[in-house]
Amino acid sequence: MSHFATALSIALAYLREKKLSTALNVLLLGLGVGTIIALVLLLAQAEERMERDAGGIDLVIGAKGSPMQLILSSIFQVDIPTGNIPLAEAAQIIAEPVVKRAIPLALGDSYKGFRIVGTNPAYLELYDGKLAAGRIWDKPLEALLGADAARVTGLSIGAKFAGTHGLTDSGGSEHSDQPYVVTGILQPSGSVMDRLILTSVSSVWQLHDHGDAKGAATSAKHAEGDDHDHASSKEVTAYLIQYATPLAAVSFPRMVNASSSMQAASPAMESARLFQLVGVGVTALKGFAVVMMVCAGLGIFIGLMNALDERRADLALLRVLGAPPAVVVLSTLLQGAMLGLTGVILGLALGHAAAEWIGQTYGASQRVAIGGRIWVAQEWWIVGGALALALLASLIPAWRAYREATPELLASR
Amino acid sequence: MADLVQLAGVSCRYDSSTATAPAIALPDLRIAVGQHTLLLGPSGSGKTTLINCIAGLQRVSAGRVEVEGTDLAALSTRQRDQLRGARIGMVMQRLHLISAMTVRGNLQLAQRLARHAVNNTQIEGLARELGIVDKLDKFPRQLSQGEAQRAAIARALVNAPALLLADEPTSALDDASCNAAIGLLLQHAKTHGATLICATHDARIKPHFTNVVQLGATLGAA
Repeated sequence: MSHFATALSIALAYLREKKLSTALNVLLLGLGVGTIIALVLLLAQAEERMERDAGGIDLVIGAKGSPMQLILSSIFQVDIPTGNIPLAEAAQIIAEPVVKRAIPLALGDSYKGFRIVGTNPAYLELYDGKLAAGRIWDKPLEALLGADAARVTGLSIGAKFAGTHGLTDSGGSEHSDQPYVVTGILQPSGSVMDRLILTSVSSVWQLHDHGDAKGAATSAKHAEGDDHDHASSKEVTAYLIQYATPLAAVSFPRMVNASSSMQAASPAMESARLFQLVGVGVTALKGFAVVMMVCAGLGIFIGLMNALDERRADLALLRVLGAPPAVVVLSTLLQGAMLGLTGVILGLALGHAAAEWIGQTYGASQRVAIGGRIWVAQEWWIVGGALALALLASLIPAWRAYREATPELLASR
Repeated sequence: MADLVQLAGVSCRYDSSTATAPAIALPDLRIAVGQHTLLLGPSGSGKTTLINCIAGLQRVSAGRVEVEGTDLAALSTRQRDQLRGARIGMVMQRLHLISAMTVRGNLQLAQRLARHAVNNTQIEGLARELGIVDKLDKFPRQLSQGEAQRAAIARALVNAPALLLADEPTSALDDASCNAAIGLLLQHAKTHGATLICATHDARIKPHFTNVVQLGATLGAA
């Protein structure tokens, strides 16, 4: 039998003998690794999701208020809008030559927690939306379902449903007199669009112009995108803007903020600000997790050093029985390695389970698709770091074992 | 009859890590196969040093130690470890079983370290001979002194060694236990074809041996 197998059997016996300290060291390391893994998974998915959702959007124009709230509500669909903007004023702004494309968003209703977004077909192009079945809307009160929205609500093509006031499923009043009809279902895109119900802006106006029969009736007559008439009485929630030239980023937002009743918010800047704000807490949590891992490393070190004191006679005995010094050293290193490996496996399981649980519990309510069933490259570094820490913690004990594993010891005891 | 162990002109240092430590002279010895030998002497007479030199645990600074015709000084540490694991069994004063392992685990470990395949049939047969077959799956802390001693003897014999070295195997025992222990060692050494060399200050066991080497009160410098 190889020396490795012999050393492994010795290391296993020693770890089994100290069940409590072994379990505590593994648990401590597992908690540290698990915390970092969960944070890395959640952050990586959130960043990826935000990058994907904000891709192709240079600017958002909406009602004055918090720019971050505007970005969160109109791009990521996770906050309430800052308000609505007059269509007439917005039309002047988006007519500027630096604007390549402007996609309208009209929010206000939802169905079973899924937001109903009034927009135009350019929104689908933004996220490379492809039809899984049916067709896109071509008249008011026709709706296209995102993949998740269709799956969760169970609606199929031809089905009718009534939207409710408000953007959450907390029970607003229903537009039961004017139900939507499902005309199409989208393929999964991995973007925010999966969790939306899309319709024309005219649909939203028609449902909300109860006190303005003229406006509602008029808007219903126009084809989608032909929103220029009657604009004086119409509002939208926001416009997603693509620049014709990158140089527009210098002056266009300032112009909007200074010369209109609207505000312009940059997704890139607000996302960076959001991560900066969240980053403080994340850094603190990561620091805490690293402290836990270092404590686990110290625990392994102290445990192995104490065990050496108790087992000096054993080490000498191993030499008497014919064990070369390599077996003595290897058995000590293997104890550290096995503690590290078990702690890392536990940490990976805990981290992924925690990310999945957070995704299930909070992600669903915030309409953000996150979970623990993924692997990100940073995890290799965490795994490697934790194993290196455990090995490092066992290096000095192993060296001491090598030095002290002398058969003369037995004679002195 | 061929010599199993031969020491000629041997001296060694207690502290082998420094060349300036005084070297201790050990007596010349020739022990034939099957010639069970008692090394009798008071504390400080070099019994343990002698045992360690024969086992290849301690390097000699001068002279020659041969086991089965092999000069130990000519072997590397690794080769001496291998020789000790495979051809020499040792029983120490404090018995020293590895506490984290069962008796079976201790015996299996000795087989592994000798580069032998684990042989549970052999282990159980030996344990049966020594009356501890029902203790094989017990940990050392669950054994009585006598049972632990039998387990230590079983471990020393498990690789069928040519040479069985015992260092103060009876010093902590009462008369009855002392006689039983030395009787056990001799009996099983004979049964398994091993030659027993026993180092002790305990004169009670002298009658059990025909070949007795009396060591001096204290060893002189070489």
